[in-house]
Amino acid sequence: MSVILLEHVSRWYRNVVAVNDVSMTIGPGVTGLLGPNGAGKSTLIAMMSGFLAPSTGTVTLDGEPLWRNEKVYRKIGLVPEREALFDYLTGRQFVVANAELHGLADPGAAAQASIALVEMTDAQDRTISTYSKGMRQRIKMASSLVHDPTVLLLDEPFNGMDPRQRMHLMELLRTMGAEGRTVLFSSHILEEVEQVARQIEVVVAGRHAASGDFGAIRRLMTDRPNRFVLRTGDDRTMASVLLADGSVRGARLRPEGGIEIEASDFGRFSEVLPRLARDHGVRLLEVTPTDESLESVFAYLVSA
Amino acid sequence: MSVTFSTTVARIGVRSVFGRRRGVLLFVLPAVLIGLAVLVRLLVGEDELAARNTLYGLGLVVVVPLVALLATTGLLAPEIDDGSISYLLAKPISRYTIVLSKLAVATACVVAFAVVPVLAAGLVLRTSEPSFGLGLGLGAFTGGLAYCALFALLSVLTRHAVVVGLIYLLIWESLLGGLLDGVRWLSVSRWSAAIAEPVADVSLVDGLGVGYAAVATTLVIVLGVWLTGRRLRAFNLTGDE
Repeated sequence: MSVILLEHVSRWYRNVVAVNDVSMTIGPGVTGLLGPNGAGKSTLIAMMSGFLAPSTGTVTLDGEPLWRNEKVYRKIGLVPEREALFDYLTGRQFVVANAELHGLADPGAAAQASIALVEMTDAQDRTISTYSKGMRQRIKMASSLVHDPTVLLLDEPFNGMDPRQRMHLMELLRTMGAEGRTVLFSSHILEEVEQVARQIEVVVAGRHAASGDFGAIRRLMTDRPNRFVLRTGDDRTMASVLLADGSVRGARLRPEGGIEIEASDFGRFSEVLPRLARDHGVRLLEVTPTDESLESVFAYLVSA
Repeated sequence: MSVTFSTTVARIGVRSVFGRRRGVLLFVLPAVLIGLAVLVRLLVGEDELAARNTLYGLGLVVVVPLVALLATTGLLAPEIDDGSISYLLAKPISRYTIVLSKLAVATACVVAFAVVPVLAAGLVLRTSEPSFGLGLGLGAFTGGLAYCALFALLSVLTRHAVVVGLIYLLIWESLLGGLLDGVRWLSVSRWSAAIAEPVADVSLVDGLGVGYAAVATTLVIVLGVWLTGRRLRAFNLTGDE
């Protein structure tokens, strides 16, 4: 069981602040590090994996500093975001090399177990240069698991994966977490994070914006005013019907056609809308969320 | 962490040097040197001045540093550039193990593609005096080691190690070294020539003691290795974004 502890950690590059006074504890189980691009997720993971010194504050793994301390890599498996690998090696050679560098007693066997775990046994003798993005991701994963680490850090692991590979990796992460490993992965997609992570840490613009289980984060993100544009067969009727319902805070008829809706309760609104439309014989032509971009969700979180 | 030699790092290093098109140059440079030596021998015969100019002017000043530059930067620069060095660094091994294992590969390249060719060219040019080739081979070896250490440090300091290394070789070692006498005190090529002198029994550079050259060469090697390892201990994966 390993715990990563960040205490009042800040990191700046010249006069740009990438991480601003973040304190968090990452314990056993799967933790999702959620935030938009450029929020400082990679900077945080670099500091948690000993590849960056915090400008102020401390980052420790089980009480040991991570910076300039190569011993910590006995416990850590790191899956970097960057694609680059030793392209001239085969998948098997690459994972075996990683096992050897860890000084394992039987590098070959460890590599085979690790490769099997990520389902790359069939492709292990091809050179990495022929691998697809998803295969690269999996062989990276195998290389980071080869020494059976208690901590697994993954930077944007789902990028470039097809749905099936995504499901498989999610399953793998869940298993790792259930085994008591400390698993942390970063993502900018809420749906991705909440499917795997028990605990979610949200970072926005370098700050630690929210922390909690996925239910708490989802409520924070969805119990906020949501704006939609509806196009219907009868805008005026639909607007008046919706206004009468508690889930809608405001409705405005747009001069060019359509209704702008501000929903106060997203969950209820999405249930009520089709029913009301059907009951009143109004045909729904289009329902478009206008501020569903992740940035607006995060902006809301920061201001909350 | 104790410092050892890692066959894994070395093995990956060998693949990295020869897995790139640049690696071909490692074969071209010594071929040119030996080819020229054969040509000079055929045209001029066994002549001390011609032999000296070929082996010193082309061997020690051009081939040795270029082989060291190609080998060392091929081992370090691409991995640092694309971030794949993180797979070596995220391991519980001393950073000096990584540096020394890579430098062992670089040294092997220098021996195979610079020292042995210089030795062979020396024997071609002065068959009757094998000590000539031997001395210049020794100079090529010490100079090559110092250049490797220097270029290793350059690789971890800048992303443009090859270009900076070439500029340094062209401007400092070749151009200024030829124009200004004082450069000899701070020139790896001239130190290697000074080390070659007593064994080869020729005069290559004036006013540079073999003692000074040996100490300066050792200092560059030790400092280069030490600073490279230190820099790798504090390696930033995210770069300086």
